[in-house]
Amino acid sequence: MTTATVTDTAGIPLDVVSPAERRRYARIVSILSVAGLLQLWMWLATSPGDFTFLVQPQTVDHNKIDISADGPTLGLICLLVTAIVLALFAVAPTFRDRSPGVSRTLQYGPLFVALMIFTGLAFIIGFCVWAYSGQTLDPPLPMTNPLEGTLKFATPLTLGALAGAMCERAGVINIAIEGQFLVGAFFAAVVATMAGSAYVGLLGGIAAGVALAALLAMFAIRYLVNQIVVGVVLVVFAGGTTGFLLDQIPDDKIIDLNNPPILEPIDIPGLSSLPIVGDSVFAQNFLVYLMFISVPLAWFLLFRTRWGLRVRAVGEHPRAADTVGIKVKGRRWQAVLVGGVFAGLGGAFYTVGSTGAFDKDASAGTGFIALAALIMGRWHPVGAFFAALFFGFVSQMQTQLQILQKIPTELLSMTPYLATVIAVAGLLGGAAKPPAADGEPYVKE
Amino acid sequence: MSDPSTATDRPETPPEGRPSAAALVQSWLPSIKLTFLSIVLALAVGAVLIIVSNDDVLSKFNYFFQDPVDGLSAAINAVGDTYWALLKGAFGSQEAISSTLERAAPLMVAGLGVTLAFRVGLFNIGAQGQLIMGAICAAYVGFTWDLPVGIHLIVSVLAGLIGGAIWGGVVGLLKAKTGAHEVIVTIMLNYVALSILRWLLTLEAFQVPGSNDPKSPVVDSSARFPDLLGIHTGVYVGFLTAIGVWWLLSRSTIGFEMRAVGANPDAARTAGINISKAYILVMLLAGMLAGLAGVEQVNGHEDPLTDGIAGSLGFDAITVALLGRGTPLGTVLAAILFGALDSGGRQMQAATGTPLDLTTVLQALIVLFVAAPALVRGVFRIRDREEGETVLAKGWS
Amino acid sequence: MRLEIDGLTKRFGSFTANDRIDLTVEPGEIHALLGENGAGKSTLMNQLYGLLDPDAGEIRLDGEPVHFKGPGDAIDAGIGMVHQHFMLVPVFTVADNVTLGREQTGLPGVLSRRKARALVRELSERYGLKVDPDAKVADISVGVEQRVEILKALLNDAELLILDEPTAVLTPQEIEELFVIMRQLRDEGKSIVFITHKLKEVQAIADRITVIRRGKVVETVEPSASENRLAELMVGRSVSLTVSKAPAKPAAEPTLEINDLTVIDDRGLAVVKEVSLDVRGGEILGIAGVQGNGQTELVKALLGLVRPAAGSIRISGREISRQGPAESLRHGIGYVPEDRQHDGFVGTFTVAENLVLDLYHNDEYSSGIVLNLAKIAANAERQIVDFDIRTQGPSTPAGSLSGGNQQKVILARELSRPLRLLVASQPTRGLDVGSIEFVHKRIVEERDQGTAVLFVSTELDEIAALSDRVAVMYDGRVVDIVDPSTPREDLGLLMAGATPAHEGAANV
Repeated sequence: MTTATVTDTAGIPLDVVSPAERRRYARIVSILSVAGLLQLWMWLATSPGDFTFLVQPQTVDHNKIDISADGPTLGLICLLVTAIVLALFAVAPTFRDRSPGVSRTLQYGPLFVALMIFTGLAFIIGFCVWAYSGQTLDPPLPMTNPLEGTLKFATPLTLGALAGAMCERAGVINIAIEGQFLVGAFFAAVVATMAGSAYVGLLGGIAAGVALAALLAMFAIRYLVNQIVVGVVLVVFAGGTTGFLLDQIPDDKIIDLNNPPILEPIDIPGLSSLPIVGDSVFAQNFLVYLMFISVPLAWFLLFRTRWGLRVRAVGEHPRAADTVGIKVKGRRWQAVLVGGVFAGLGGAFYTVGSTGAFDKDASAGTGFIALAALIMGRWHPVGAFFAALFFGFVSQMQTQLQILQKIPTELLSMTPYLATVIAVAGLLGGAAKPPAADGEPYVKE
Repeated sequence: MSDPSTATDRPETPPEGRPSAAALVQSWLPSIKLTFLSIVLALAVGAVLIIVSNDDVLSKFNYFFQDPVDGLSAAINAVGDTYWALLKGAFGSQEAISSTLERAAPLMVAGLGVTLAFRVGLFNIGAQGQLIMGAICAAYVGFTWDLPVGIHLIVSVLAGLIGGAIWGGVVGLLKAKTGAHEVIVTIMLNYVALSILRWLLTLEAFQVPGSNDPKSPVVDSSARFPDLLGIHTGVYVGFLTAIGVWWLLSRSTIGFEMRAVGANPDAARTAGINISKAYILVMLLAGMLAGLAGVEQVNGHEDPLTDGIAGSLGFDAITVALLGRGTPLGTVLAAILFGALDSGGRQMQAATGTPLDLTTVLQALIVLFVAAPALVRGVFRIRDREEGETVLAKGWS
Repeated sequence: MRLEIDGLTKRFGSFTANDRIDLTVEPGEIHALLGENGAGKSTLMNQLYGLLDPDAGEIRLDGEPVHFKGPGDAIDAGIGMVHQHFMLVPVFTVADNVTLGREQTGLPGVLSRRKARALVRELSERYGLKVDPDAKVADISVGVEQRVEILKALLNDAELLILDEPTAVLTPQEIEELFVIMRQLRDEGKSIVFITHKLKEVQAIADRITVIRRGKVVETVEPSASENRLAELMVGRSVSLTVSKAPAKPAAEPTLEINDLTVIDDRGLAVVKEVSLDVRGGEILGIAGVQGNGQTELVKALLGLVRPAAGSIRISGREISRQGPAESLRHGIGYVPEDRQHDGFVGTFTVAENLVLDLYHNDEYSSGIVLNLAKIAANAERQIVDFDIRTQGPSTPAGSLSGGNQQKVILARELSRPLRLLVASQPTRGLDVGSIEFVHKRIVEERDQGTAVLFVSTELDEIAALSDRVAVMYDGRVVDIVDPSTPREDLGLLMAGATPAHEGAANV
């Protein structure tokens, strides 16, 4: 939505506010109020003491860097930030009557985004201050820099979201990303074990992801089955099959099929010696780097190549594409299979990219979170990446906070899922429209 | 922007319309035939899996070319034994039938919840979470409160229904007010429900007194479904519920509205039907039905609350609903089929060692084949015929 | 390029859409294909364009038989088609849409936006079709969209251009501009097949006219043929081109009062701007205007399907502008929607169910939440007879009925209860002549019973024939309210937002 004032075509501004604007305004104010109240409660519950943020732990190459501040004071500052932003929006209605343009600048566009990011940060910092306060340990645990963990969690999410992007931009809904993760993880582990190399395992993961993608394509494109149904069934199928096959693997230590080597971290010379970000960003494993490359690669493929233009045409208006001679079904197949590569890699992360052996709930629903990231990112690779970072951050915070035992582990574990619900409900910025023909099987008349 | 008008120069369908009554039944038959063939096809694929997982048979295949008969007969025997065990475990005795029906009951009820949501155009993948919430509420009332016999059961059941309804209603509310897609919301809420369950099981209030295990007490005897003819009355409640759902859909104004919204939300809205209300109401009902499934487990099957109280019931309910093609009767039949697979599957695993996962794979295959009639037709070379497929919503709207 | 179609036949099941069609189009000729809705014109052209496979017959280009497996082949052979429903991707730019399928690349596979832009500009200048290559299709007007479609066809070096009902969405002035372009292309030696059901246009532009009726070629005539003769050929009997109706006897007080109504769409643009209208019981107010000038949104606001940002709507004195569709219907508004398949009926519901789609909660059809199936069935039987709905029975799914019969179901439903106001939006779109006459007749009957009728149509002939007063909408405003006897040119000017020069237009 633009920040333009409402005018008729003769350029005379009409000082009327549309119902959509009103709804949006109400939503913003209510979210800010809830956030503000929560922050108030958290601040009041913050025990006195310092809050320490460990920017960089002591390692061989680097010295320790940390920042400390008085907990309650910091919390108060954060609370005030939220309060000020809320006040700004609360005042906006009076602006609206006199100068709708000002109110609209506040509610849309770069200023709005900046304000939301500020408030979001304030909320998160206030929350962390509260969570880390009142520890019984001496010295109290600092909050560790979440960057490394965030990137790790975000890697499969991004890859999954990219897989979704390929499929959905072509018009095929892919609910089966979770299934692709499962088979990708399983076959990556098995192939890596048999070949003795994690990298070869990646190839196995890709093959599995593409195979499931082929099933999705076959049922959705060729046999015109409802795509959401196919997706759900494929997830169940993948779960059942990997479980079945896992049980088939004998416990034998000699014919061990589920003991793969893990991808080693690769230091990027030069960059990995950078302070703060060096270890977190540039000493990750191959898959993480691959994820970094995949985002611009996917963007380029979709938006700068002829192939991508045709794929998107097929997803927006397949009949139009057909009438200029583009083969709709073939193009959709291609996009879905390409997506399968990404999804298989994402699944591989859960075995060769992290813990090694495959177990039954390896991906724990993250395939669906990846889909949510795609929607939040408005079906755009870069947007999906940022959304995945957000979800990764939430997951990372969850693991950190678990150690504190301030909030029960079980309740903490639902944070990523709750965050997804909140995100998908559009409370964090409404979802844009999906590709116009998303989910509609193409039938030539 | 150009506004697409209605179908224009497309040759108009002849004014006779589709023949009704007798031929309507005839259009049913391909459905039944196709469903049957889908099952056959799934069993065939399952047979392959059985052979592959049977070491004995595999070893015989090693020298297949010297003695093919040995290998083949071993294979046929293995498949035959497995499926026979499956069948016996499902229907072979009074006990087996009871077991089948008792397993079918929660599937049927949860499946009805999913089916109802389907008819309104919503994909309710959240039966798992709704079931858990229902089980939690019913169980808590069942083992904590002290109420006279009969009343205790009723209150416990009501608690379960309310718990499930709330968990479903939230989804409907979000969908109606924010347009949040129910597939993702329900799946996420499944995980949230599981987390809540796990947390509750760490609290004393939910543990067996004297033990620290994450396992709750079983409900008091005053909150159990009494037995009747070898199965607990919860099963009968389940069948009655099926009739209720059928009546609601086809004979009530609410059902009329729901079906209209599912078939054509724009026309429904233009006709003055409140879409938001329909979404919220159906999700409340669907959640309630899934909650009833939880009640069946807790008050009928007398399971304690554990991490695995829901098992795979949630997703099985979805496959049951899909197999049932969106009709209450179909859902009931599908539930009985899957209850049979489940019950027989245990027997099968005990008798022949084939892992239970096989039944999961079979279920998924059956559903896939049923949902892809074209594929089954292609395999069996049936000529193309029109079918009365129930409309399922598509896309993100 | 010379096109010869020889004995072309296409069947859909037992229904023959094209029956041994013979047609010849010479190079440098504008050949009109005239027929009413459902005659088979589009089917014929879809075969020519490779979208359908003929069952029998042959297509020859310059004497050589051709067989197209898809539009790609047709395009390669020099055939371009501008479809009735534009085949443009709304979120793509004009340049992307024009070059789709023939994308301009720099490095292999990589798009070159620069080249695409240059190409579009060059074509645009050569043919005088002004477009902005970087504009998003979603943001441009319908007339410009059509130019983009034509450019698309020309980019692929089309020698034969098929235009399928191109004038449906154009103002009379834009139609003139289109004709100029067509003549220019013809003079360059290109052939044009012009599909339409509008007699006046055919006489204005065609070099030869082939009339199709029920899938068969009736005759090929010269444009000097009279309107009546053409109509007769199209329909097979002599057709009265006017609606016979008694003069209106409007009530004293208005039933519908719209005051300063403003509707804003989701993008923040005002699509209905301070519209004020009155309709009295016993009169038909026709709203004329080219598609996309706010009529749709005005009607939706009346029905409570969108909420107006400002202004009031009163039915018999009662304010309803803030209410939803259920309330509007309850206050005695009947609605025949523009897009019947989308909004008018539920395809999988039976005819009987559709006949009570907005009535099922009435006491006669249900008590509490229990439906009275017997009464619903009885009602269906009655309506089927009253409205001559051709169907196998009340339990037939409505989706299998023909367009005309579907519309009858909707009409039957809306007219079966006492109405204060009937809103009919493009009610005869896509219907055959027989159904059109029926719909007109029933609308006039309703008016004569004292109901106020608001009637929206993009067909000027229909508006002029049916209305007692005509309100012309342009750019979201009511430009003027005039007498239906106002000359066509003046109406056309009003529809384009201009004011007629002379004082001849009678204001009412």
